[in-house]
Amino acid sequence: MSDETLHELDVRRQLCPIPVIKTQNKVAELAQGEVLRVTCTDPGALNDIPAWCRINGHEVLATEEGDLEVVVTLRVGAPSVAL
Amino acid sequence: MSEAAAPVTRPSADPLQRRAIALVSGGLDSMLAVKVMQEQGIHVEGVNFFTGFCVEGHTHAIRKKDKDKNKRNNALWVAEELGIKLHIIDISEEYKDVVLNPKHGYGAHLNPCLDCKIFMVNQATLMLNKARELAGEKGFDFIITGEVVGQRPKSQRKETMPIISSESGADDRLLRPLSARNLPETLPEREGWVDRSQLHDFSGRNRKPQIELAKRFGLEDYAQPSGGCCFLTDESYSRKLADLWQARNERRYELDDIMLLKVGRHIRPQPHLKLIISREEGENRFLEGYRYQFTSLTTVSCPGPLALVDGRFESEAELEQAAAIVARYSKGRGDESVTVEVKDPGGVAREVRVAPARPDDIPKNWLVA
Repeated sequence: MSDETLHELDVRRQLCPIPVIKTQNKVAELAQGEVLRVTCTDPGALNDIPAWCRINGHEVLATEEGDLEVVVTLRVGAPSVAL
Repeated sequence: MSEAAAPVTRPSADPLQRRAIALVSGGLDSMLAVKVMQEQGIHVEGVNFFTGFCVEGHTHAIRKKDKDKNKRNNALWVAEELGIKLHIIDISEEYKDVVLNPKHGYGAHLNPCLDCKIFMVNQATLMLNKARELAGEKGFDFIITGEVVGQRPKSQRKETMPIISSESGADDRLLRPLSARNLPETLPEREGWVDRSQLHDFSGRNRKPQIELAKRFGLEDYAQPSGGCCFLTDESYSRKLADLWQARNERRYELDDIMLLKVGRHIRPQPHLKLIISREEGENRFLEGYRYQFTSLTTVSCPGPLALVDGRFESEAELEQAAAIVARYSKGRGDESVTVEVKDPGGVAREVRVAPARPDDIPKNWLVA
């Protein structure tokens, strides 16, 4: 991961599904292979962002659950034609 | 409409395979509608719309009492179970007009169910048209929903089904697989993309046929929101929204307003002042995030709730009245006096010492619920 540009997305204090929507919109701006780190406070994001990644073909690299924050790191999958 | 997320086209093994966009709520009906289509070899992708009024997850994320509930977004979970892509679209801004000016009026509360459905099918139709324009035959062919004739008193009635089809612009590209045989033939049926005889004729509020069908598909774990997924169908929530409009002398709202209506105890001691008082630690944490936007009160001489002030104090007496109410819900409610910190959104704080309000000091009609 060290050679890759790490993109950050801060969706703290936002409730699901907003963290998922913002992740989805951010991923649409990134190229395949790029890595995005999403920081959330809604614990639901720990399930929802990985589920969104699985169904849309992105790879979850790591999930970290702290006392107050949840961090999901993902690698953008094959490009899809967003209309 | 959000630009980033929309249905995608992708090569399929069968170039003739027809494609449908499904409105996926996360409930059983839309799940079954997708299953029925998949059974007929249709490629389905889902869309789920975020209106701001979704019950989904929010209260679970905030309130401790819901901690044990599975914190998952049902629409995402359903999509994964069905093996379909899901696009979650934020329509909260455009949706305001649906809530504020529903052409077809409200249901039992402030739920504009018919206008809502028309709006959502219209959004899906725009996506479908765009996909067809850009990808032609590789775009999408029709839209499906889990609607069932007679199931919802406001939107899912025999006479409202054609209104949704025509006013959304979807016309005969809108298919309801669970109720299709009670309705006129649609394009996908006429063209033979789907076999009408294999579609269903469910009607009414009886959920048995859906449960039977779920069993046949081997689905055991599913959510049953059926209108329960939208706060606007909730009487208490609708009352809080109506109260907000009345206090402001205008019918408008921001996303933060409608989020805050989901949280805490709402008490209006003055026409221009409302207190939002947390009921537990989770709500405390949630309201904490709003202290930069609202004046807030919290007890300092004893443990107590955090309260936001929606409105402005017009006198010291109003401030003390609010502090006494907050003290009433603190651990010091039995004390002679309690110290309450009042902090403005800029972080400037001061303390007031008040006698906690007694139950009789807070008339029932101050409680907005």
